[in-house]
Amino acid sequence: MATNTNRPTSPHLQIYKLPLTGIISISHRMTGVLLTLGLVLFVLMISAVAGGSESYSAMQAMMNTWLAKLVLWGFIYALFFHLCHGVRHLLWDAGQSFDKETLNRYAVVELASSLLLTLLTWLIF
Amino acid sequence: MAEFTLPKNSVVTEGKTFPAPQGASNTRRFEIYRWNPDSGENPRIDSYLLDMDECGPMVLDAMLKIKNDIDSTLTFRRSCREGVCGSCAMNINGKNTLACTKAIDSYPGTIKIFPLPHMQVVKDLVPDMTHFYAQYASIKPWIATQTPAPADSERLQSHEDRAKLDGLYECVLCACCSTSCPSYWWNSERYLGPAVLLQAYRWLVDSRDENTGARLDELEDPFKLYRCHTIMNCTDTCPKGLNPAKAIAETKQMLVKRQLG
Repeated sequence: MATNTNRPTSPHLQIYKLPLTGIISISHRMTGVLLTLGLVLFVLMISAVAGGSESYSAMQAMMNTWLAKLVLWGFIYALFFHLCHGVRHLLWDAGQSFDKETLNRYAVVELASSLLLTLLTWLIF
Repeated sequence: MAEFTLPKNSVVTEGKTFPAPQGASNTRRFEIYRWNPDSGENPRIDSYLLDMDECGPMVLDAMLKIKNDIDSTLTFRRSCREGVCGSCAMNINGKNTLACTKAIDSYPGTIKIFPLPHMQVVKDLVPDMTHFYAQYASIKPWIATQTPAPADSERLQSHEDRAKLDGLYECVLCACCSTSCPSYWWNSERYLGPAVLLQAYRWLVDSRDENTGARLDELEDPFKLYRCHTIMNCTDTCPKGLNPAKAIAETKQMLVKRQLG
C-alpha cells in the first residue's frame, strides 16, 4: 500500500501548557514590541510640545483622560517588566540561575519586582 | 515563517467514546489523539473509560490496557517501560513526558494524550523522527581524536573530567525537550533544538575528545545554536531531570571565551 504523505502536524500551541518561564518569555517579547510602539506616542508628545502652546494644551487634555493614564501606567509597567526579565537574561548569559527548582521562583520574583518598581514610580510622582 | 495555527488537514475532530465495563466503580477517562493514514480523515480524539481497579499504575499501563483489551488499533511506540529507551515520549495533559514513568495518579481527572507537539504524525501517537535523528547525526556524536591512542591502555579520564559528563550522558534522546520548544516549532529546519544541542555539549566537554574547535565552528551559527531564547520549556519538561538550557548557555559561553582568547 502506498504511504499517505499528507501527514498532519501534531497540535502544539493549542495543547501545550506553558510553564511560568515560558509565559514570561513570550510576554518579554510582547512588551518589547509594545514599548517600541509606545515610542511613537512619545515622539508625538514631544512634537506637540515643540508645536507651541496650542498643540501642547491639546495634548495635555488628551493625556489627562483616564484611558490615556491607564495606557501610560501600562507602558511604565511594561518597561519595568521588560527590564527585570532583561536582567534575568543577563544572569542566564553569565551561566547563572539555571537550577530547575529555582526557575519558577525567580520568575515570581521578576513579576513582583516589576510591580514594586511601578508602585515606587507612582509614589514618587 | 512561524505558523501558529494548525493546517487544514491537522485540525482535530471529535471521535468515538468507549464506555467503561459493566460494574466498574473506579473509572478514569483517557482522551487520546488518533490519526489513521489510510482513512483520509482528519485526526480525532477518542475517549476511553478505564476500570482503574484492573489497570497498572503508569500512563503506559493504561495505554497497553486499551490496546490489549479495548481497541487494538491504538498505535504508539514503547519498549523498556522504565524510562531508559525514550520510545514512549508523548504529550500528556499539556506537557511532554515518558508515559512509562508518569503515574496516572499524578494527574487529577481526565488524562489527555497527544503526540509530541509540532511533528509530522505517522499514525496516532507515532511522530516522524527522521529529521530529529538527522540533526543528531549532524553533530557527529562520537569521539574524534588527533593523537594516536595510547599503546597499552584506553584513553583515560580523571574523575573530575568524568564528572563533567553527569547530567549529559543520561539523555535518552526521547525528544520531549526539543518538541516542547517554541523556537524548535517555528525553526526546526535550521535550529538544532535542545536535545541535539545538549548532546553536542556532551562531546564539547568530554576531555578525551580532541575536536572541540571544529565542533564549536559548526555550532557558531545564528540558527543552529542561537535560536535558543532561554524560554526554558526544555528544562521544565525533561523527564530525566536534565538541563538542556544550561548546556546551551555553557556552549554560548565557550564560544564567547574563544573569541576573547
